[in-house]
Amino acid sequence: MNRINEVFDELKREGRKALICFITLGYPDLKSTEELIFEFEKRGVDIIELGIPFSDPLADGPVIQYSSQEALRKGVSLKKAVEFVKKVRRKTSIPLVFMGYYNPIFKFGEKLFIDKALEAGVDGLILADLPPEEAGNIIPYARERNFPLIFLLTPVSSDYRIKLICRVSEGFVYCVSYTGVTGRGYREEDLLRKFIKKTRSYTEVPLCIGFGISSPFDAEKLSSFADGVIVGSAIIKRIRENENREDMIYRVGEFVLSLSRAIRKNSLKDIPEPPSLD
Amino acid sequence: MMKQYRLPDKRGHFGEFGGRFVPETLMPALQELEEVYRQAKRDREFQRELDFYLSRYAGRPTPLYFAKRLTDYLGGAKVYLKREDLAHTGSHKINNTLGQVLLAKKMGKERIIAETGAGQHGVATATASALFGFPCRIYMGEEDIKRQKINVFRMKLLGAEVVPVNSGSKTLKDAINQTIRDWVTNVRTTYYVLGSVVGPHPYPMMVRDFQSVIGKELKRQIIFEEKKLPDMLIACVGGGSNSMGMFFPFLKEDVKLIGVEAGGLGISSPYHGATLARGSIGILHGSKSFLLQTEDGQILPTHSIAAGLDYPGVGPEHSYLKLKGRVSYTAVTDEEALNAFRLLSRIEGIIPALESSHALAYALKVVPSLDKDKVVVINLSGRGDKDIEQIEKRMADESYK
Repeated sequence: MNRINEVFDELKREGRKALICFITLGYPDLKSTEELIFEFEKRGVDIIELGIPFSDPLADGPVIQYSSQEALRKGVSLKKAVEFVKKVRRKTSIPLVFMGYYNPIFKFGEKLFIDKALEAGVDGLILADLPPEEAGNIIPYARERNFPLIFLLTPVSSDYRIKLICRVSEGFVYCVSYTGVTGRGYREEDLLRKFIKKTRSYTEVPLCIGFGISSPFDAEKLSSFADGVIVGSAIIKRIRENENREDMIYRVGEFVLSLSRAIRKNSLKDIPEPPSLD
Repeated sequence: MMKQYRLPDKRGHFGEFGGRFVPETLMPALQELEEVYRQAKRDREFQRELDFYLSRYAGRPTPLYFAKRLTDYLGGAKVYLKREDLAHTGSHKINNTLGQVLLAKKMGKERIIAETGAGQHGVATATASALFGFPCRIYMGEEDIKRQKINVFRMKLLGAEVVPVNSGSKTLKDAINQTIRDWVTNVRTTYYVLGSVVGPHPYPMMVRDFQSVIGKELKRQIIFEEKKLPDMLIACVGGGSNSMGMFFPFLKEDVKLIGVEAGGLGISSPYHGATLARGSIGILHGSKSFLLQTEDGQILPTHSIAAGLDYPGVGPEHSYLKLKGRVSYTAVTDEEALNAFRLLSRIEGIIPALESSHALAYALKVVPSLDKDKVVVINLSGRGDKDIEQIEKRMADESYK
């Protein structure tokens, strides 16, 4: 069984919701990414999404665009990202999922990428611009190798598409909270609730809500009717605000802990002791 | 020559190219657009309305002009110019924007958005939006805003809002990214008028169909003039809409088709926009096609003196026609395009767009070697008024040296 499913099984047993955090791999640099991963693990994050930078991130708002551009400037590539995970994997067992755009994967070679990713300890892949209709080459191979491909759904997806995507998405389904790019958008809460409820009726796969979740308040509210929440831009923003401070990792960790605590208000069990601040 | 040609297939593929590589939010919108477009294509009323605006408003059919002085000067085949520069707004772009904005009206959308490179598509979209009373927003790279000032002002006069894009290379590619981001955000109310045969299905098919009026008219006109089909058609290729519109009605005929890309400072340098000559297969802006990209799959910056050709991708149908060998693609440099620009201005009294000057520049090379009974048609896709300031500056710099 892959690590994502293990995590969701455990969360289910504990009656908890998942906190999934996104950071751009290599922003502000690889060393910080590594430290953030360890920090997040300590601070109650369940799954980490690592953004693979792309020159033309058309589904991203300005915050992630910026981090992506910076990571590219530092020379991060898909190949380096895989090598990075291989190194980090020795020291952590938290699920690490790649998120990005199709072209770098296509250029690398889809099958070769899956092989290398599995070997390195990458636990899944989310591609913002690859709908299942165009994923015919990659889905069978990913299934054969038990490598989860996570697809996205939105409140404007038709019933047909909800069924289709629930059928192909492994690990979890990424439910986009509004029509828009990552970061800030206009969330229609009623519509979102209905959409999650409808989707729930089609699938057992965990449903996680992402896009525009920027505060512990959001995280608590949205995790109450889903299996988890995904936070990205709000974290990148805090990295950027504290980029030049020595305690950047700690500060971002504090923010992530506040999210984790908020989500645990929806859990059946109490909050574990926060880590010591040595 | 292709005996049968029925592309794209149902899923928007031209062989291995094309398709629909977009965020999930756009999938329902693209499906809706495809359905509405297929209905409109069969709807006589829609076609009548489009024809009405193309002829009474945009000035179609555009003339097919026999360039006698240019023909004599080159001393080879007879050279005709398809005068898209005489269409309203000064380029072929109006053919597509009238069609798409009529679709937006049919779909009950409230707002129009578009990207633009040279500004010609932006002007044509702003024009059609003004005509049908839509609020209109145009995204344009900062770099392009600098070199195409006149078109920026024209768009504003037409009531459009011009939004500068300062991400990435600050040119057409980034303007498209930003327009897609707007569309993802406002998908329920907004119609995206894409300006070339690029992007996700159904755009490459739809834009080709709207632009095919060029090739259809040309066929009728050249048979009237010459009592036969031409031997060769030449058009410039950025995204590839004017060339696709010219070539499409001739794919099944025995006519040589040549697409001319932006050679910039030379295609062995990194400063060009010759996607088909130097690119490799990848996915950008919603479709699979040839791309200028790095080994790691990152999109490369491009260069061309012509803003409308300064693009690292190309329409998927062009990629298909290249691999099938039906269309030959070549490139000319900035310098060659400029020389053609000057020559046509002086010898025929027509100031061509820098984009169209690329097609002309290739004609200057090939026509002298062709027999006098051969007929070549060049697509003069736009007029050069928009480029005057940029060229004046460049010529001043040159004389200073």
